[in-house]
Amino acid sequence: MSNPPITMNSRDGLYGSFHDPAMAQGLSSRLADLVLPRPLSLMHVCGTHEQSIAKAGIRSMLPDGLRLIAGPGCPVCVCPAADIDLAVQAARREDTIVTTFGDMFRVPSGDTSLELMKADGCDVRVVYSPLDAVKIASENPGKEVVFVAVGFETTAGPIAASIRAGVPENFSIIRSMRLIPPALEFLLEKGRGSIDGFILPGHVSTVLGRKGYSFLEEKYGVPAVISGFEPVDILRGILGLTEMVLAGPPFSVLNLYRRVVSENGNVKAQELIDEVFEPAPSNWRGIGSIPLSGLVLRTEYSGIDALTRLGLEPSAEAEDVRPGCICHEVILGESEPEQCPQFGTGCTPRRPHGPCMVSSEGTCRARYQYRHTGDIY
Amino acid sequence: MCLAIPMEITEINGNEAVAEAGGIRKDVRLDLLEGAEIGDFILMHTGYAIEKLDPEEARETLELIKKVYRAGMTGSVESPDNDEQ
Repeated sequence: MSNPPITMNSRDGLYGSFHDPAMAQGLSSRLADLVLPRPLSLMHVCGTHEQSIAKAGIRSMLPDGLRLIAGPGCPVCVCPAADIDLAVQAARREDTIVTTFGDMFRVPSGDTSLELMKADGCDVRVVYSPLDAVKIASENPGKEVVFVAVGFETTAGPIAASIRAGVPENFSIIRSMRLIPPALEFLLEKGRGSIDGFILPGHVSTVLGRKGYSFLEEKYGVPAVISGFEPVDILRGILGLTEMVLAGPPFSVLNLYRRVVSENGNVKAQELIDEVFEPAPSNWRGIGSIPLSGLVLRTEYSGIDALTRLGLEPSAEAEDVRPGCICHEVILGESEPEQCPQFGTGCTPRRPHGPCMVSSEGTCRARYQYRHTGDIY
Repeated sequence: MCLAIPMEITEINGNEAVAEAGGIRKDVRLDLLEGAEIGDFILMHTGYAIEKLDPEEARETLELIKKVYRAGMTGSVESPDNDEQ
């Protein structure tokens, strides 16, 4: 090839080029020039997208009448209070270490959270990888080690791989993984309402592949784009999706993140997930039960289910919607975070009242963190 | 939560590897990849390489955006045979 050597992470390397200001500027002015015959709403379903959109001030670049809705794309936000309550129950046991991703640490369940349990002296540890949780179990054979297994398809792969590689006898999981396609189907079955098209989550898509969304074209005829996370990716995705909506049917699922998303996805990850887990109905905070949208352990691996191993009982009283919280409306894109009277006052990242203010990818948290961000390009 | 970091594989030892980005080195597991090699660019998520990153596809995407949208660039990924906008 006559092309120059490829570097990844430098400012003008391939990765840096996807947040090149001049390129973003070019795309945003094309976007601003679009004339919409009617108001359009595009929904993304990815916390990482929301964070990038808020950080780059992309909403300020949209033409009049184009609304970008944050859908149920943050696994922490859609994790029901009952799952947090299970982790809290486990943390209360004297012989137990609870391990969790940092995102989950402050999510409230009633008046408590894993953070408050740790402040009370319970052994709660933040881990970066499921492998860290497995290592803690190996190093503490006298303790039960519970891992709060939360995440979408992206994270289910590493969790399945960690379990498949072998875990010690004292390791178990609270399963709280959820799947994106059933959630999209649920939203569409509920009535497409104001959603004109979907921006699909890039890293979930590495697992599913473009094929994983074929139902959007075949069953629902909904336009969609798979997008990456840099400003250039997101602007290109919004532009491509809007153009597709304006051009009219037939609609397709357009893969604009081809540098990591293939047609068939990561088959090895799909096989590992399928070997360890099987789909089951699952509750989503603020939404309710969605058919086949969760993952439970297959019989061969059922011994590491913390519920049966430790005798944890799902609480019927765990409160998904706390008084004064509108996270359930924010998750469905029915309300904007700024419409919540608690936003930035009774609910902040330090003292979150609702789950969307907790993870750096929660819709409220991203809006709060970048609330002063204007148009940086 | 689904945040994944692009890194370059610098060492491989069976199912385990070392990957680098911006001077930071991390241990990374290769259980989810087929045939990873030193020098491959990968996306790393929770300690695992979840997918390979294809630099040629990245280059094509950038070139296509330039062509279709005439969006300017200041970076250095232009190939010699590329028509400058």
